[in-house]
Amino acid sequence: MTSQDVHFYQVGSFAVGNRLLEQEERTVQAQVDRTNSIDSGHRACQGCGEALGARYALDAAMRATNGQIVAVNATGCLEVFSTPYPETSWRIPWLHSLFGNAPAVATGVAAALRAKGIEDVRVVAQAGDGGTVDIGFGCLSGMFERNDDVLFICYDNEGYMNTGVQRSAATPPAARTATTKAVGAEPGNTFGQGKDLPRIAMAHNIPYVATATVADLHDLERKVERAMEFHGARYLHVLVPCPLGWGSASNETIHIARLAKESGLFPVFEAEDGVVRSVSPIRRRVPVEEYLKLQRRFAHLFGPHPRLDVIARIQSMADANIERYGLVSPESLEESS
Amino acid sequence: MLRQIEGSRAIAETVALCRPEVVCAYPISPQTHIIEAVGELVKAGTLTPCEFINVESEFAAMSVAIGASATGARAYTATSSQGLLFMMEAVYNAAGLGLPIVMTLANRAIGAPINIWNDHSDAMAVRDSGWIQLFAESNQEAADLHVQAFRLAEELSIPVMVCVDGFILTHAVEGVDLLEQSFVDAFLPPYEPRQVLDTNAPVSIGAMVGPEAFEEVRYLAHLRQLDALERIPEIAQEFFEASGRDSGGLVRPYRTDDAEVIVVAMGSVLGTLKDAVDLRRDLGERVGVLGVTSFRPFPSEAIRDALKHARQVVVIEKAFSIGAGGVLSSDIAIAMHREETLLRTVVAGLGGRAITRRSLEKVLDDASDNELAPLTFLDLDHDAVDRERARMQATRRSGPSAENLLRDRGTVSQKADA
Amino acid sequence: MKLPFAISLDIGSGRANHTGSWRVERPVYVDRLPPCNNACPAGENIQGWLYDAESGDYEAAWRKLVEENPLPGIMGRVCFHPCESACNRVQVDEAVGINAVERFLGDLALEKGWTLPKPGPDTGKRILVVGAGPAGLSATYHLRRLGHRVRLVDSASHLGGMMRYGIPAYRLPRAVLDAEIARIVAMGVDIQLDHVVHDVEQERHDGKFDAVFLAVGAQLGKRVDIPAGDSSRVIDAVKFLHQVADEDPPLLGRRVVIYGGGDTAFDTARTARRLGATDAVIVYRRNRERMGASGEEFEQALGEGVTVRWLSTIRKFDGDRILLEKMKLNGEGFPEPTGEFEELDADSLVLAVGQDTDLSLLDHAHDVTVRDGSVEVLDSMMASPSGIFAGGDAIPAQRTATVAVGHGKRAAHGIDNFVMGSDSVPKVRNRLASFEQLNTWYYADAPRTERPELERIRRQTNFEEVVGGLSEDNALFEARRCMSCGNCFECDNCFGVCPDNAVIKLGGNMRYEFDYDFCKGCGICVKECPCGAIEMVPERN
Ligand SMILES: Cc1cc2nc3c(=O)[nH]c(=O)nc-3n(C[C@H](O)[C@H](O)[C@H](O)COP(=O)(O)OP(=O)(O)OC[C@H]3O[C@@H](n4cnc5c(N)ncnc54)[C@H](O)[C@@H]3O)c2cc1C
Ligand SMILES: Cc1ncc(C[n+]2csc(CCOP(=O)(O)OP(=O)(O)O)c2C)c(N)n1
Ligand code: SF4
Ligand code: SF4
Ligand code: SF4
Ligand SMILES: [Mg+2]
Repeated sequence: MTSQDVHFYQVGSFAVGNRLLEQEERTVQAQVDRTNSIDSGHRACQGCGEALGARYALDAAMRATNGQIVAVNATGCLEVFSTPYPETSWRIPWLHSLFGNAPAVATGVAAALRAKGIEDVRVVAQAGDGGTVDIGFGCLSGMFERNDDVLFICYDNEGYMNTGVQRSAATPPAARTATTKAVGAEPGNTFGQGKDLPRIAMAHNIPYVATATVADLHDLERKVERAMEFHGARYLHVLVPCPLGWGSASNETIHIARLAKESGLFPVFEAEDGVVRSVSPIRRRVPVEEYLKLQRRFAHLFGPHPRLDVIARIQSMADANIERYGLVSPESLEESS
Repeated sequence: MLRQIEGSRAIAETVALCRPEVVCAYPISPQTHIIEAVGELVKAGTLTPCEFINVESEFAAMSVAIGASATGARAYTATSSQGLLFMMEAVYNAAGLGLPIVMTLANRAIGAPINIWNDHSDAMAVRDSGWIQLFAESNQEAADLHVQAFRLAEELSIPVMVCVDGFILTHAVEGVDLLEQSFVDAFLPPYEPRQVLDTNAPVSIGAMVGPEAFEEVRYLAHLRQLDALERIPEIAQEFFEASGRDSGGLVRPYRTDDAEVIVVAMGSVLGTLKDAVDLRRDLGERVGVLGVTSFRPFPSEAIRDALKHARQVVVIEKAFSIGAGGVLSSDIAIAMHREETLLRTVVAGLGGRAITRRSLEKVLDDASDNELAPLTFLDLDHDAVDRERARMQATRRSGPSAENLLRDRGTVSQKADA
Repeated sequence: MKLPFAISLDIGSGRANHTGSWRVERPVYVDRLPPCNNACPAGENIQGWLYDAESGDYEAAWRKLVEENPLPGIMGRVCFHPCESACNRVQVDEAVGINAVERFLGDLALEKGWTLPKPGPDTGKRILVVGAGPAGLSATYHLRRLGHRVRLVDSASHLGGMMRYGIPAYRLPRAVLDAEIARIVAMGVDIQLDHVVHDVEQERHDGKFDAVFLAVGAQLGKRVDIPAGDSSRVIDAVKFLHQVADEDPPLLGRRVVIYGGGDTAFDTARTARRLGATDAVIVYRRNRERMGASGEEFEQALGEGVTVRWLSTIRKFDGDRILLEKMKLNGEGFPEPTGEFEELDADSLVLAVGQDTDLSLLDHAHDVTVRDGSVEVLDSMMASPSGIFAGGDAIPAQRTATVAVGHGKRAAHGIDNFVMGSDSVPKVRNRLASFEQLNTWYYADAPRTERPELERIRRQTNFEEVVGGLSEDNALFEARRCMSCGNCFECDNCFGVCPDNAVIKLGGNMRYEFDYDFCKGCGICVKECPCGAIEMVPERN
């Protein structure tokens, strides 16, 4: 899929489809015969961003490879809600081994394919943020370092959702989780140093690193497609809101992902060979409050005694991202300040 | 072709003859020489096609093997001790998924205290994982077992662990008759997986299974191990017929037919035991040895059969279950279920302590005199233990036992003030 | 492949789990009434024809347009486009240039010679239409489509009513007017020109008409009492413009003062400039904010040298001088005299203070109610149970050509019901598509394209059309700015965003269906539908 130059269409660059475009220029998700890599019947919560993100990414990978994808999945919501015996929702070859070893299992798959001389089949590994940023980190780093021919996709819902919404290293500061309760003087998760996996991935100098959200399908699909143009280790970090864990309305999933990006809290960019090549600029900038207040995990910031200090700290994180990645043009930056 | 060769090298070259397609490696003594040698064979192009992957941990090693095996590749790895524990989760997983991976376990003690020398604690730690565990008595057998292991694993879709005593075998240079490639190719057909990640026939492997089917899954795994009980001797027999070598099988009875006392053991200690038994037989003593080659599946029937006339059974184990006793012994006890037979456990060779001929003779003497305690720790330094116990009773902060013991023994210099 | 028990599973097995049972609310597709459609006096399906235009299928767009309004070329020039004021896009950037696209389609149709739909099968019914302005023409068109025979009578010598005799040619070129009228005439209409209907009952009786549509407009220029030395130098705007249209303009002199603040006043002033007046001064009692004329007209007039005296009233016109009294607005915004006076040189004074209807033809139609000089009608436009219908400027409503077209259509259906003895009720209108129901994120930022305007210097001397049409590119662009409020435009969003693949895309313009076996009722599709064409309704059980 190419990115669209047709700006004047009603919805040209933003909606899933566009009846005015040639079939091949439309998104994968607009196609009646898309793979539906993860099919109806899965047991994800209503409005699950991870289920959506997985279909988006894998269907795109399927198109990019003419259907030659093998997927490896870490333990987590995605695995549990898709394959409870006796039913699987996957329509592609799929393997689940453990929580922390998906990158290595994928290495094994890729090695086997190489040994067998099978060149057209490509390997995608996927995990939640826990399986990526925490327990799977060692294996992931190893896979990166060896530059194994695997596209690793992290579906970041910012916590251990499958086990009941506990904190992970990807949980944002101040967020309430089951292990960072909204009690005490500093309710919610502490302000740590963060563990910015996309940048850690870039530090491995792997050929391709990108971030995306379920709010921008065109961007996501383009990145998957781009990723499939490379061989070697590639990393895609997709923000997938979790209605259950975030305490958001099930219909807000995409909206919230969009606000994460538009506020600057979640920078959307892509890097090749360790260098940022492009960023998705903010289109309608919003203060972080707009993003935070839709989520009950941040409700304690907006109670009768609003924590303006904490909100300001989160805002400064967004501002730092905006500056680091140049998410808004300097002129509009002046206007908004 | 008979060669004077290090055990590890013999194993590596035999593994290479088996044409594994993916080999993953993470170093740990005493396994290192094996994977170094395989790596060299791959790099040199002797073993090809094969992907040799230097992973970042044993957990990754087994995981890579899982991925490779699920993709239909013949996968091999090797480890020891801490490495086995580090990959433990994946060890269970490989068995649970029924992936016919073959792994050499160069047996070594488990820390703390950290110890690189041989015993069987590592193998015992994963005995319930669902892997087949075969113990090699010699380097010849170690090499031969790998060929049989691949055959068995792939036929039954069960991973197989070939246990080889660390250093004692892996680092020993002795004559090994290495197989020919043509022999192995004929003996070991190409891997035909029961399930495979195939874009033309997609399946989901690794489902979540709840109470409604989990017990059945486990029982089925058990049944497959029982199938292995049939296949292991058959394959050994076939191997024997083709090579003329008696390697593998379930158990290895040695002069047990009319034996009153039978010593049971696994691995390299069997050689020493057989020598001792030969001597006693010459003196008219009715003793025998039973080697257990297949620890999992546990050949209860064969063992019962071999031990049925014995008055006393002495199990010499290089591991034990702390707080309980012998591991192999308890399996033997269940297998025999004979009240009349005395069952004695001798824990020996922990952390590489040499099992000397003299000590074994003492055990056999005691056995024939009916003086063997139910649980004996061979060559235990009781004084050292007593001193440490006393220290522990005397002061709360008695310090680390391991170092105290070494200090007592003068291995570590005495502190000036102590 | 026979798979190992339980740990490995075959594809497709998951579809056995019908997650639809989780749902407490279900999404349903709806069609809502776009605010433009709602605001269009002619009842055009604007969103509908823009949808066709977006894909470049202009003929389909035009056909959908003329379903409701046979005069797109004219409307695309003279309509005051209330649709654009109602357009939801106003709240995003600017209204969609509906009117400009309409004109583009209208002109294209003329250029390509597209013909109106064929008349319906003959019903044998005969209808008399009095007045060939937009109301009468529209009624004629719709009546012909319904298969009725029409006699169209007008006292003037050309068809068009105020579109010809009021609206100046620089706003509505005669070629366009003639061509669009000719297309209606070509449907087979019995036309009688230069014929004044004095008694409608008589006319009906003589011609054995089954029903009558009265569309006589408001032809009489209102007069105000102004002491004038030479009354021949005072003329009403309607008459003036009529004469101009007849190419027989009266001589007004160099300094023309126009009294009034509506469009007619501006048309008069701009026409006077074109006829050679050096000064064309509009005198208006109120201020700019309260002026009736449209903003576009006002700007264009100023550009052509027309000037305005705000808050002024004419007290006297003698010879070549006008006495103005300054006014001020009271609390309610009504002008009140201040007692301050001013003088203004003038060769002539044109009164543009409104029109009255001449309803003397109804004197014998006793069951028609006339109130305040207008004919009272029902929703069906029926003025009398005996079968007299009325519309356009002759009834109490906004006096615009577009309203008249709408009346004509409504009357045609009312007449059809009447003569056929049926009582089909008009379609229930959909609920309005409000801005709040839109998800405007999905619409590309696309500022509006304005139509080109004729250079000023050329406008001052001739009657060439001032406002140009859009190029195809621009018309297409403009059409594509439509947000399709309340009506699915097949953007595939719902199909794409459902985490449960519970939307079935039917393809081929057939839109979508929900797969309620699997829809969990999360509501994402509703939230992410750009145009608000899905709603959640509680699950009933
Ligand atoms: C100067 C001017 C500019 C305008 N500009 C615009 C504009 O830009 N946009 C807009 O939408 N509207 C405009 N209008 C208003 C618009 O022209 C009228 O609202 C519209 O024409 C009314 O249509 P109608 O069919 O009711 O009557 P008319 O158009 O007035 O037509 C009535 C017809 O009936 C005929 N008639 C009357 N009595 C009889 C009779 N007894 N016997 C036979 N025939 C008879 C008349 O000759 C006339 O042809 C303007 C009006 C004027 C005066
Ligand atoms: C070794 C191990 N530790 C812990 C768990 C329990 N566990 C299963 S899934 C999960 C959380 C997964 O979190 P994440 O990777 O972010 O995926 P999510 O469920 O949020 O999509 C945890 C902690 C496990 N299965 N294995
Ligand atoms: S808990 Fe969150 S990630 Fe897991 S299925 Fe529910 S919405 Fe999806
Ligand atoms: S989301 Fe798009 S395709 Fe779906 S109903 Fe709305 S407009 Fe139609
Ligand atoms: S997005 Fe899918 S599951 Fe959610 S309400 Fe719409 S159709 Fe149902
Ligand atoms: Mg998570």
